[in-house]
Amino acid sequence: MSTTAVELRGLVRRFGERTALQGLTVSLPAGATLAVLGRNGAGKSTLLRILATLLRPHGGEAAVLGESLPRRAFAVRARIGYIGHDPLLYRDLSARENLRYHAQLRGVSPVRIEGLLEAVGMRGRGDEPVRSLSAGMVQRLAVCRGVLHDPELLLLDEPRANLDPGASRLVEDMIGRPAGVTRVLTSHDPLEALAEADLVLGLRDGRVEFAGRADDVDPERVEELYL
Amino acid sequence: MSHARGLRGLIFATIAMTMAALALVFFYAPLDADQGFVQKIFYIHVPMAIVSLCGFVLGALLAIGHLRTGDRKWDLRSYVAIHMSLIFGVAALIMGSIWAKASWGHWWVWDDPTLVSFLIVLLLFATYQPLRFAIEDPERQARYASVFAVVAGAFVPLNFIAVRLSQGFVHPRVLTLTGGNLPGSMRLTFTVAVLAVALLFATLCIFELSAKRTRIELRRLRRELLGDDAVAALRRSAAPS
Amino acid sequence: MTTVRDDPTAAASAHADGATRPRPPSSLRTARILLAKDLLLELRSLETLPAMALFSITTFVIFHFALDRTTVSGQLAAGILAGTLLFASMLAINRLFVAEREQGGFDGFLLAPVDRTALLLAKAAALFLFLVVLEVVAVPAFAVLLLGPALGARLGGIVVVLLLADVALAVIGTLVSAIAVHTRARDLIGPIVGLPLLIPALIGTARGLGSVLSAHGSHWPPGKWLAIVALYDLVFALLAYAVFDFLLED
Repeated sequence: MSTTAVELRGLVRRFGERTALQGLTVSLPAGATLAVLGRNGAGKSTLLRILATLLRPHGGEAAVLGESLPRRAFAVRARIGYIGHDPLLYRDLSARENLRYHAQLRGVSPVRIEGLLEAVGMRGRGDEPVRSLSAGMVQRLAVCRGVLHDPELLLLDEPRANLDPGASRLVEDMIGRPAGVTRVLTSHDPLEALAEADLVLGLRDGRVEFAGRADDVDPERVEELYL
Repeated sequence: MSHARGLRGLIFATIAMTMAALALVFFYAPLDADQGFVQKIFYIHVPMAIVSLCGFVLGALLAIGHLRTGDRKWDLRSYVAIHMSLIFGVAALIMGSIWAKASWGHWWVWDDPTLVSFLIVLLLFATYQPLRFAIEDPERQARYASVFAVVAGAFVPLNFIAVRLSQGFVHPRVLTLTGGNLPGSMRLTFTVAVLAVALLFATLCIFELSAKRTRIELRRLRRELLGDDAVAALRRSAAPS
Repeated sequence: MTTVRDDPTAAASAHADGATRPRPPSSLRTARILLAKDLLLELRSLETLPAMALFSITTFVIFHFALDRTTVSGQLAAGILAGTLLFASMLAINRLFVAEREQGGFDGFLLAPVDRTALLLAKAAALFLFLVVLEVVAVPAFAVLLLGPALGARLGGIVVVLLLADVALAVIGTLVSAIAVHTRARDLIGPIVGLPLLIPALIGTARGLGSVLSAHGSHWPPGKWLAIVALYDLVFALLAYAVFDFLLED
């Protein structure tokens, strides 16, 4: 199997007349973390959604975990975990019911659910409907949902949104460096993202502004990206 | 005129065929014993209805092309075909209504299964443009419109069969499409009329297609030359862009 | 076939070496999972079913006043019943995919390594079940409020016709609902596109019921109408199966 987790060459994605991503090229080795930086509308979420197989590329080449998209998207879905802006939880169902639903869809045994709930400190509130939970709790559940099936690649779109430092620490083992899996992440705080990344990709209006190792990047260039 | 290749020839053919049809209708076709002169509406009403229905089915086939290839130019062709068929269809329906009123004193008759089926088909295809308009993302709009066109196209024959079966018997005073018992002179006139209407349909479609393609091309060039920001965003529209 | 779900030890050791990857559910099992989730959601919120039932009963009352009749029979009765069920189904059709759209259900499903057509099957099954439950309430209500001839002996004939009609409503309703939910005029597109598509099924249903609900004559629907609805069901089921995937991809 390929040791490159994500391989993009000239990736293009359009929305109507606008081009959301123009010719992205990046190569991410297995086990490494890529931070995607840029302003709102730069194309970060679009990139993550393409990697998650939720959107099809319109041009260029994309390969995730050795499988080419969109042709082999079905082969790779089981191995990817995606945590986006939407928690993807039904508000009228409880935490346990939601996680059980997602577990069933992936053929994962429900015994994992209790362990995950315990890890994020939600075990006691597992049977309340999601609509009665705070934003931070919902986000913790979303993280559980994303890692339920032990994915090899994590796609994290602002994963720490709504999490206070305590909660953030709880999920660190699941989605942070200690998880030991390949990660692509974005964050509203670029410096925070850089701190836990090996590689960085700076986007502006769908184009690559800079790309390279996180250690080598100039903090000023990062600041300029957001101006 | 690269988008309108062959349009000139088509226009000439259409004019020629239309004049031939008119000549035949007024000077050659026999006067109907029962209905008199008014019966001659038959020579435009029925061809328009036939061409309209064929146009809907064509739209469905073009939509299949779009779904299979993902190439939006098939969607543009499908849109134009359906759009034009709807116009021809409404015209046919109105003419049928005039004919019914002139011949039998009623603007609408439920007795004729073909007319009733036709109305239902038009009611369905009339939702095509509102559906397109309600979807803002152009890719999704094209894809959903194609799915609709395929389903609606399959619906056309099913609907005709179902409505026909629901009638106890086919009423003799019928505005049907059965050309089976037409005497020779009427058949010739009818055939020429169908060809004329079909050519008119094709001409108008190619005309609209070339106009749309030119506008799309123009916009693309302006965006390339002036940059994305200088060109105003498209207003929300039902038409493919 | 035992899935990993039945074998916790395999799941517990699900490492990234690929050897002990959990096995995703089959199409049919996926459909069952989705259906169970939808039924659970409806049971929790109880939005759609009571509304459909109330709508139907209110409509019968309206027909009483609109037609100024205390009893109806034959084709008139069939028309009122079939028409009312058709319009009540629009309520369910409008709501069928709303939770998916508003609460991220589409993404949640599309991320899973499952056959996407299972969604069509599950939603159509859910809609079918909703319609059956509706009819369990609406048909007796109709019999009490408006129907002249006695219900008892005719029940079998009514059930047969309505079950076939429900399949048409379920299949076409799901298709139309999936189209409508991504549009801006969601509640409008469903009915205006769905109703013309349902007319042939309505013809067969209303005519079939017409014979059953007549004061005299056979209590069973003529085969011709059953055949029309059944064939319509089959064609549209195949059509829906063929095009549904295109509605989900992006």
